[in-house]
Amino acid sequence: MAAVQGGPVDAVEEKDIKTEPSNDGCGSNSTNDGRAASASPGSGAPAAGAKPAAAAPEDQQTLLAVLQFLKKNKLTESVDILRREAGLPEDSLDLKGADSSAAGSGGAAGGAAAGGAVAGGDLGAADASSLLSRVTASSSAVVQAPTKAAGEDQPDVNVVLSAYSQQGDPKLYPVYYNGLKRFIESVLDCHRAELSQVFYPLFVHMYLELVYNNYESEAKAFFEKFRGDQECYYEDDLRILSSLSKREHMRGNETLLDFRTSKFVLRISRDSYQLLKRHLQERQNNQIWNIIQEHLYIDIFDGMPRSKSQIDAMSGSLAGEAKREANKAKVYYGLLKEPEIELPLDDEDEEAENEEGKPKKKKPKKDSVGSKSKKQDPNAPQQTRIPLPELKDSDKLDKIMYMKEATKRIRLGPENLPSICFYSFLNAYQGLTAVDFTDDSSLIAGGFADSTVRVWSVTPKKLRKVKSAADLNLIDKESDDVLERIMDEKTASELKILYGHSGPVYGISFSPDRNYLLSSSEDGTVRLWSLQTFTCLVGYKGHNYPVWDTHFSPHGYYFVSGGHDRVARLWATDHYQPLRIFSGHLADVTCTRFHPNSNYVATGSSDRTIRLWDVLNGSCVRIFTGHKGPIHALAFSPNGKFLASGATDSRVLLWDIGHGLMIGELKGHTDSIYSLRFSRDGEILASGSMDNTVRLWNATKAFDDLETDDFTAATGHVHLQDNSQELLLGTYMSKSTPVINLHFTRRNLLLAAGSYNP
Amino acid sequence: MAEERRQKQCSVSLPTESMKAMAESVGVGQLQEESCAALSEEVSYRIKEIAQDALKFMHHGKRRKLTTNDIDNALRLKNVEPLYGFQSQEFIPFRFASGGGRELHFYEEKEVDLSDIINTPLPRVPLDVSLKAHWLSIDGVQPSIPENPPPAPKEQQKVESTEPLKIVKPGQEDDGTIQGKTQGATAADGKGKEKGLIRLKPRSTHELSVEQQLYYKEITEACVGSCEAKRAEALQSIATDPGLYQMLPRFSTFISEGVRVNVVQNNLALLIYLMRMVKALMDNPTLYLEKYLHELIPAVVTCIVSKQLCLRPDVDNHWALRDFAARLMAQSCKTFSTTTNNIQSRITKTFTKSWLDEKTQWTTRYGCIAGLSELGPDVIKTLILPRLTIEGARIKGVVEGQVVSNIDKIGADHVQSLLLPRPTLTVSQSGFSGSGGPRTPSIIKVPSSLTLMTPRPGTPSQPSPPATKYIVMATSAGAASTQQVL
Repeated sequence: MAAVQGGPVDAVEEKDIKTEPSNDGCGSNSTNDGRAASASPGSGAPAAGAKPAAAAPEDQQTLLAVLQFLKKNKLTESVDILRREAGLPEDSLDLKGADSSAAGSGGAAGGAAAGGAVAGGDLGAADASSLLSRVTASSSAVVQAPTKAAGEDQPDVNVVLSAYSQQGDPKLYPVYYNGLKRFIESVLDCHRAELSQVFYPLFVHMYLELVYNNYESEAKAFFEKFRGDQECYYEDDLRILSSLSKREHMRGNETLLDFRTSKFVLRISRDSYQLLKRHLQERQNNQIWNIIQEHLYIDIFDGMPRSKSQIDAMSGSLAGEAKREANKAKVYYGLLKEPEIELPLDDEDEEAENEEGKPKKKKPKKDSVGSKSKKQDPNAPQQTRIPLPELKDSDKLDKIMYMKEATKRIRLGPENLPSICFYSFLNAYQGLTAVDFTDDSSLIAGGFADSTVRVWSVTPKKLRKVKSAADLNLIDKESDDVLERIMDEKTASELKILYGHSGPVYGISFSPDRNYLLSSSEDGTVRLWSLQTFTCLVGYKGHNYPVWDTHFSPHGYYFVSGGHDRVARLWATDHYQPLRIFSGHLADVTCTRFHPNSNYVATGSSDRTIRLWDVLNGSCVRIFTGHKGPIHALAFSPNGKFLASGATDSRVLLWDIGHGLMIGELKGHTDSIYSLRFSRDGEILASGSMDNTVRLWNATKAFDDLETDDFTAATGHVHLQDNSQELLLGTYMSKSTPVINLHFTRRNLLLAAGSYNP
Repeated sequence: MAEERRQKQCSVSLPTESMKAMAESVGVGQLQEESCAALSEEVSYRIKEIAQDALKFMHHGKRRKLTTNDIDNALRLKNVEPLYGFQSQEFIPFRFASGGGRELHFYEEKEVDLSDIINTPLPRVPLDVSLKAHWLSIDGVQPSIPENPPPAPKEQQKVESTEPLKIVKPGQEDDGTIQGKTQGATAADGKGKEKGLIRLKPRSTHELSVEQQLYYKEITEACVGSCEAKRAEALQSIATDPGLYQMLPRFSTFISEGVRVNVVQNNLALLIYLMRMVKALMDNPTLYLEKYLHELIPAVVTCIVSKQLCLRPDVDNHWALRDFAARLMAQSCKTFSTTTNNIQSRITKTFTKSWLDEKTQWTTRYGCIAGLSELGPDVIKTLILPRLTIEGARIKGVVEGQVVSNIDKIGADHVQSLLLPRPTLTVSQSGFSGSGGPRTPSIIKVPSSLTLMTPRPGTPSQPSPPATKYIVMATSAGAASTQQVL
């Protein structure tokens, strides 16, 4: 066995190999072969038989890979049988051989790695004897196929779990684990931290394996013995794990499926990895080696091993760190060019105002304030990359208002902190679940646990409904103030309540033009409300489970939602079905945010990762790991280059989107962070938390201190200075009012909101 | 389902007995031990699963408290019908019962008469959600308004008063400490910055803003004014307002001066008002009074032991004031007594000394005993009980003697009634601790005393007058016997 393993390892380094399909391959190869069966998954065989019946293109690909592997090893008979079973034409292998050769070599390596028994002399021996048995096995598999196909829409738990079939003496697990522990404790300091990363995934997989094979008491003992060794930030997962003590429990347990379906990713330097490999091979420690091969993805890099603090900064997510490849894609984080609308409209508007004068002089200044230069930002996406709605006249007016306000904006800085106005929701009885402000700060909306959405006007202008259709017929459509006339004065009030949801409203978002409001709820729907008529326009159904958050694109029209079903969906307001489904998170999508250029969407999840998705093609372009708790707040910097995230671990992390790197950690809060917001010019980051404080951080300094040399960018190693105290500009305690939303007005006044819980 | 909920309180795994109990409750008589075990494991696991999901809902609801609604939502997530009828926000509607070696929590389902519900007037409609804005910060500085938390939290006040000498580090002044906020301290701050580590006593000036001065005036006037409603409001404000820290020295001076003047003038009403102010200050959770005890305690003690507190001692109920002040005293002893200030022992000494004095008036005597008796069972045991016999004799002398004045008689009566509940306490104690010593029948005759056994001696209850004399005599004798036993 040990001799065989030398081969695949190098292949593993280069490619992420799909081990499971190749498992299936070797399973069907040797089902009734006594020795091989002990090493390969038992129920893998019927699954393999079922797969060709389904004949998904992916499966075909892997089949081809297996065929090639067999061919390379001169197992022509097996090739024939497999081909017959799969129903592949004779020439398909040769035709597709060229383009699938890469996959083929990967599959070859994987096959050898997963089932060492297949390789070497064993194959020769198995050749004749297993021929017959293979046929029988496959025929039985065919019988099973229809039943399989029936339950196909669900994740195939059996297949997933079958990888846990018995592989060794349960009594020896603690011994193995202890042996590894002793080894890692004995290695040089510089390697120890890196190798220690192996403990947690190994621990979990060993435990699950014991549970799966009904060694309940052993599993419990194992868990108790080594639980203390695990990093504290895995505590939540361990708690879930500890409650799992029976094989039956494993079915339908999401955490477990996550662990199985996704490989735990570790980043280890080449030296450390060699050390580990050599140790495991010397000790003939196949058990651990198998787990590492099957369930772990080891991302090997060249260079110095990382320090403990570096590792701790990046780890903590449900499935380990992000692979380096995952963050390699190019992200166009620049801002879109603002449409040139100011010239004609601005003049007359200026004249109307008549006191500021000299509009010509001001224009260049405005441009600089708005940081929108005439020439295209090299990092910006093409203007038409995502089709954006055309600006209406009202939008243009709003833009002009925005620019006017921007000229009066206060420049913030460490010496010039913003004033904070706190909106307390009184008598909410702990029922306030979401808050949003409009961009011009004229409206506040609150989502409540009693399934209502309430909209307040915070300006003297009251909220009015549009008149009913009959009344609208009566008004003079030619009059100048027709827009005034269509409003029903009788309905004017400061507060409007929107009824429609049938569960707590967890997410809420205004459209940029203030005509619409989105709300997402426990009832699985996202609703679009009109703020003209204060009625529900659309209920978007798609998430069958609670929808935790929703957010309008800064250009309107699109919005994104994320929920308990672990996917985020991109919608357009005029489509009742989602345009994109962003799937990849391993747990609930807890918060969603649009990038300022509307081309990307960031989602935070309970799997403790943040992902950035490309709206154009729905692919995941960034995975950020480092939080130790579910992420509840995200904020893009106004220039689109940076992302801030806050989680229940009460830390704020800062990310460089272009490089895909963590660039800062802000410590200071003592409870979950529920809101983050950059000031309009990006100098200040405000964070609001369950600990009843609003904290202000010096964002300029946090981003300036950044040293992104090529090495850092290439390896993804971060050296975080612990300078939270220097960056913290102010802490403002509210009176038992958790801060659940923050908003900078266009003039950089900070608004905060929360419900007072005496 | 109800069973599942019920078991949520268990942390690790449900005992099999609960399974049995639940099975019985739904009509399954004999449940195999094995099935119990299997059930309990399964149920524990499912409950944990549901609890974890419920926690998710709590987090998204931005709450710290898990509610029954969260559980309902978690159940719905699993496609299980939620549990109806558990909507109460605050309390857990389960009762605990034990018996026959079994303990269980059960949901008490009362039979409700519908007509009762129909006929009762509707409760007040809860207030609707409303929005209120205030300034959390103005240009980076938090204004001290009632909407914001107090600038100096209680812990800090405590630290300041118990550790007056603190090391002022450069840069530390900005973190919202009190001296950083007041103008007078800026000079000291500057020095602290220049010289680095200097041991400084933080100098806190208490300049009041115009609003605060107005507030102070209004409050003090209301507190001692004639309008009771206003007074209640003012006291409420003192007891709850978080921003009073700066006014504290003025309040304490106001009280101490007020007591000084009004004792001389025998103005009982004003003294009561002032004591209520003290109470309100003590009740304020944001204030730490340690620094002002030197003014407050003498005022309170005066109200306990002063010879005369009112113009007509024979008619006015100054005893209530003494009781009230004694309770305040006890409370401040409990809160502020430390090894350095030794308040409790000093107060105890003061009381004991004047009590022991033969010439002490009955009013003062009453105050001393009331004050002592409030200080807890230990003090009662060591200081009051031993003197019961002597005191009993003295009371007897006054009550039965003919020469004494009316005032003395009233005083003696009150002292007697004050001492009354405690001897019964002694009796029951001696009953437990004593080796079955001879107890006079009269002592046993007081069954009502059982309720008084709980050592809450501060509430002088009114005994029925006819039995009074007899019991006192008997119990003083009983106390004597107790002494021997002890």
